[in-house]
Amino acid sequence: MSTKLFTFKGGVHPPTNKTLTQNVPIENAVDPKVVVIPLSQHIGAPCDPLVAVGDTVKVGQKIGESKAFMSVPVHSSVSGTVKKIEQHYVPNGSKVNCIVIESDGNFEVYESVQPKGNIEDLTKEEILSIIKEGGMAGMGGATFPTHIKLSPPKDKPIDVLLVNGAECEPYLTADHRIMLEKPELVLLGVKAIMKALGVDKCFIGIEKNKPDAIEIIQKAVEGQEGIEVAPLEIKYPQGDEKRIINAITGRIVPSGGLPMEVGCVVENVGTVATIGNIFKTGMPLIQRVVTVSGSAVQNPKNLYVRIGTSYKDVIEQCGGYKEEPGKLISGGPMMGFAQFTDEVSVIKGTSGILAFSKKEADLGEPSNCIMCGRCLEACPVHLQPYKISRYSIQKNFDAADEFHAADCIECGGCSYICPSKRPLKETISVAKKEILARRRKVK
Amino acid sequence: MENKLIASSSPHIRSNETTQGLMLDVIIAMLPALVASVFYFGFNSVVLVVASVISAVITEYICNKLMKKSVSIGDLSAVVTGILLAFNIPASAPWWLPVMGSVFAIAIVKQIFGGIGFNIVNPALAGRAFLMSSWSTHMTGGFIDPVTDAVSAATPLTLIKGGSTGQLPSIFDMLLGNIPGCIGETSAILIILGGLYLIYRGTIKWIIPVFYIGTVAVLALIFDGGSMALYHLFGGGLMLGAFFMATDYATSPITDKGKIIYAVGAGALTILIRKIGGYPEGVSYSILLMNVITPLINKYVTPNVFGVAGGKNEK
Repeated sequence: MSTKLFTFKGGVHPPTNKTLTQNVPIENAVDPKVVVIPLSQHIGAPCDPLVAVGDTVKVGQKIGESKAFMSVPVHSSVSGTVKKIEQHYVPNGSKVNCIVIESDGNFEVYESVQPKGNIEDLTKEEILSIIKEGGMAGMGGATFPTHIKLSPPKDKPIDVLLVNGAECEPYLTADHRIMLEKPELVLLGVKAIMKALGVDKCFIGIEKNKPDAIEIIQKAVEGQEGIEVAPLEIKYPQGDEKRIINAITGRIVPSGGLPMEVGCVVENVGTVATIGNIFKTGMPLIQRVVTVSGSAVQNPKNLYVRIGTSYKDVIEQCGGYKEEPGKLISGGPMMGFAQFTDEVSVIKGTSGILAFSKKEADLGEPSNCIMCGRCLEACPVHLQPYKISRYSIQKNFDAADEFHAADCIECGGCSYICPSKRPLKETISVAKKEILARRRKVK
Repeated sequence: MENKLIASSSPHIRSNETTQGLMLDVIIAMLPALVASVFYFGFNSVVLVVASVISAVITEYICNKLMKKSVSIGDLSAVVTGILLAFNIPASAPWWLPVMGSVFAIAIVKQIFGGIGFNIVNPALAGRAFLMSSWSTHMTGGFIDPVTDAVSAATPLTLIKGGSTGQLPSIFDMLLGNIPGCIGETSAILIILGGLYLIYRGTIKWIIPVFYIGTVAVLALIFDGGSMALYHLFGGGLMLGAFFMATDYATSPITDKGKIIYAVGAGALTILIRKIGGYPEGVSYSILLMNVITPLINKYVTPNVFGVAGGKNEK
C-alpha cells in the first residue's frame, strides 16, 4: 500500500459525525410485518408487477420486471401474501407503483435462490446476467442499473475498476461497517466485476478516517493480483465518481461525459459487497445496510434492513425519536432527500436515514452574497457558484449555461460553505434542470 | 408530526462560518492598531472611531428602513467600515469629520448600490476620498507627532515627497508607530499582526497583501533605492491598505489569479502616484482604481471548469 493520499482540488470539510455509529456493528433489523416494495427503485424504466393481489410469494422471488433495456427487476424481501398493488411515495419524492406484501413470518426462501458457483467457471455474459437478475442498482444512492454500467460499448475500452469506499457523506457508516465485517464479500464482488469488465486492475479507494477498514480490506486483497487499496484524503465529495477517478488515476472525465470515456468504471463498495453476496448465496438484492443516525434518533445504529420496510419501523428499532424531529433525510446530509413523512420504504439506494432535531434543521436565513469566494474554492468542478446562482435567480438560464451550470454535480459544497447561507446549490440545480430540459427539446 | 418536517433541498447542514463572524474577526484584528493610536495620539482617536462607527451603523439602519429592507446592521459590516474610515483620519480631526465620511460611505457608496456585497468600491476608502476633496486641510494638516505631541503636516511620505530626508524618523519608530500619521496606519507591526491573524483565521487570503506589498517593495527599490524603500513600506498607509482595505471581498477579484493581477496593479499605482502624482500617499486611490476594474478582472479571469477543454488529461 502506498502511503501517498489521493485527492482532488476543491471540496469542503464538514464535521463527519461518524463516531455516532462507526463502531456499532451491523445489526439485523426486526422482521417487518408488512413491506411496501416500489416497482421503481432505480434510474430507468419502472417494473411491471409479476404477481397479483392474493398471490403468495417467497423471499428472493422476482415480483417485478421490465422489458426495457434500462431497468432492473425487484424481488420480494419476505415470504407472505400480496395484499395490494398501489401508488406510494418513495424517498426521492415521486409516487410510484408498489407491491404491498404481508409477511407470514416464515421467511421461506424461493427455490431458485442457489449459490452461483465459482466466478472462474462463469462466462462474462453469465456474470452480467446474474447481476441483472439479482436486481443490482448502484447502492450509493444514484441507483444506476449495475449491469448496464458493466456493459460499456465496444469503442470505450475499460482498463480499471474503482471501488468507492470513500463514504465521504457525514454521518453515514454503512459502507465502513460493510468493509469491516464483510471484506470477503467485497473481494468476491470485485472479482466478479473485474471478470465481467475484463480488467486486471482494481483500486479500492477508502478515506483515511477509516484506518481499520483500510487495514482489513488491505489484508483481504493481499496476494490478489491487480487489486490495491488507495487511501484517500478526508474531503467531501471525495466519493463523487469523477473526483475519485481524478484522485486515484489522475484522469479527467470530460464535461458531460461518463467515467467510461477515460476507461474507468466506479462501483460503490456496498454495491460490490451485495454482488459478492449474490454469487455466494444466490440471494438477490432484498436487504441492505442502512445507517440510522442524527441528533433526533435515540440510539443511532447500522441496520441490515429488508427492502420495503418503512422508515418509521426502522427508526422505532433505534429507540424512536429522541425529540420531535425537524428534518428527516434519506441518504446523507449533503446530498440526501428531505422527507415529509417517515412512512416511506427503504429502497435499494437508501444508504442512511437521518433525523435532525429542530435546532439542527434550522439552516438560518440567507443574506447578501459578500463575494468572499468560498464557493469557488469549494466547488470540485471549479464552477463559479455565486454567479450561476445569481443568473438562475434572474431566470437568465442562457448565462447560467455559459458558466457550465449543467456540469454541477449538486454535491452541495457551495451552499454548505457559504457564510451568507445562500441557497447556492438549490438555485444552481434549478438552472441545471432547465438547461438539460432545453437541450433535450433541441434534440 | 408529518406536517412539521422541513422538506428543503440538500445540503441539510451548513458551516458555522457567518458573515457576522467574518466581520467580527476583522474588528478584532483592528483593535491592536486602535490601542496603539490611543497610546501615540491620545484619547481623541477613540472619540473619532466611536463617532465614525455609531454614525455608520445608524446610517445603515436608516437606509434599511427607508429602502424597506431587512435590517442588516447585525452583520457588523457597518462597524468595520466605521473603524476603517476613522483609521484614515488624523487624530486631531474634529468629531464631525468621520461622521460625514461614514454617512457618505454607508449611504452613497454601500446602500444605494444594494448593501453589503454590491458596492463597487470600498466604502471606507470612498468615504476617505470624499473627505479629502471636501475638507482636505483637516485630512492632511493635522497629524500629531507622538514624539513632540505637536501637530504637524509631515508624515514620512510627505517628507520623501518634499525631497527632504533630514527629519525622517528611524525605521524602528516607524515599525512601532511612533511617527505622525492617520489613526490606524502608523503602527506597521500591529497592523501586520492583525493581518496575520486574519490570514490565520482564513478570513482573508495571503495573496493580495503579499503581492501588493511585494510590488511596492520591488518598485520602491528600483526607483528610490534601498534606504527609501522601507519608508515606502512602513511610513504610510500601505500596511493598512494591503491587509484591511484591498482585501475587501466585494471589491477585490474572486479568483486567486485575479487577486494577483489586482494586487500587482494596486502596488504599481501606489508607487506611480507617490512618485509622479500630486499626493505623497497613493494607497487609497490605487485601491479605489483597482476596485473599479475588479468586475472586469472577475469577468476575464475565471477558473478552468473541470473536464472542459483546457483541462489536461493525464491518461
